Amino acid sequence: MTDMSYVDGNMLDGPLRELFAVDLSSATGRCESCGMVGPMAGLHVFAQAPGLVGRCPACDQVMLRLVRAPDRAWLDLRGTTFLQVPMPLDQPHPRPL
Amino acid sequence: MGIVSPGFSGRRRTTGPDLPPGQYLTEDFPVLSAGPTPRVPLDTWQFVISTETGAEFRWSWDELMALPQETPTVDIHCVTRWSKFGTSWQGVSLDTLLDGVDTAADYAQAHSYGGYTTNLPLDDLRDGRAWVVHSYDGEPLPAEHGGPARLLVPHLYFWKSAKWVRGVRLTVEDEPGFWETAGYHDYGDPWREQRYQGD
Repeated sequence: MTDMSYVDGNMLDGPLRELFAVDLSSATGRCESCGMVGPMAGLHVFAQAPGLVGRCPACDQVMLRLVRAPDRAWLDLRGTTFLQVPMPLDQPHPRPL
Repeated sequence: MGIVSPGFSGRRRTTGPDLPPGQYLTEDFPVLSAGPTPRVPLDTWQFVISTETGAEFRWSWDELMALPQETPTVDIHCVTRWSKFGTSWQGVSLDTLLDGVDTAADYAQAHSYGGYTTNLPLDDLRDGRAWVVHSYDGEPLPAEHGGPARLLVPHLYFWKSAKWVRGVRLTVEDEPGFWETAGYHDYGDPWREQRYQGD
């Protein structure tokens, strides 16, 4: 195995669908380490590991960890400052006060 | 069908008292990695033990190689359920490295080139149960398996045997590492099947 041992973030689609109703593969995230904003589908995902590790394609720092036990899952997003999720315009939404 | 039948390929222990619960035996050596493989030149490599008072004990590559060497042959158990029997390593016992390190710490956190961390009780690094190894099967440890040097703590799940190890911090409080903060068990005893938090 070499440094090219990751796959792209599109593979997170299925595992994250187990946890969330929205499609996070179309979301945008900001790297807590370097500040780069980009599609979560562009993460470098190391899957030959005890969990899935999504790294920033610019600085290689960890943005996402997903661990799946038979009866539980853990999602660690401490390396992601925000997730921007596309929402339908015709959906009612709370407005700022 | 292979030329050599399974009965003639040596002692196999696919079940029985040597295989922890929930594990299967593998003959190859799977490579697991949470990130890009660091390439650490030997002339800049170093290993550091730091204590809770801030004291630091450092070894260069040449200094590590000049210490008494041991050749443990051990079974290893990965939390992803494969086990491998009779792996042969060469390296330096943590007993040797900790000799003369004055500490009141109860815990250790290993840290690696590339940023990986893992925690364990300091006692688990003592009494001939842990090594910094630099050779596997008589050859220099390949980078994909953690070379130039990795931690070897075979009585715990193999994620505790940090690849590309660069040091150990001795701490008064337990400080969970890379996988221990993301759902995996804080201790990771394969014989008690401590895979995930709460197991």
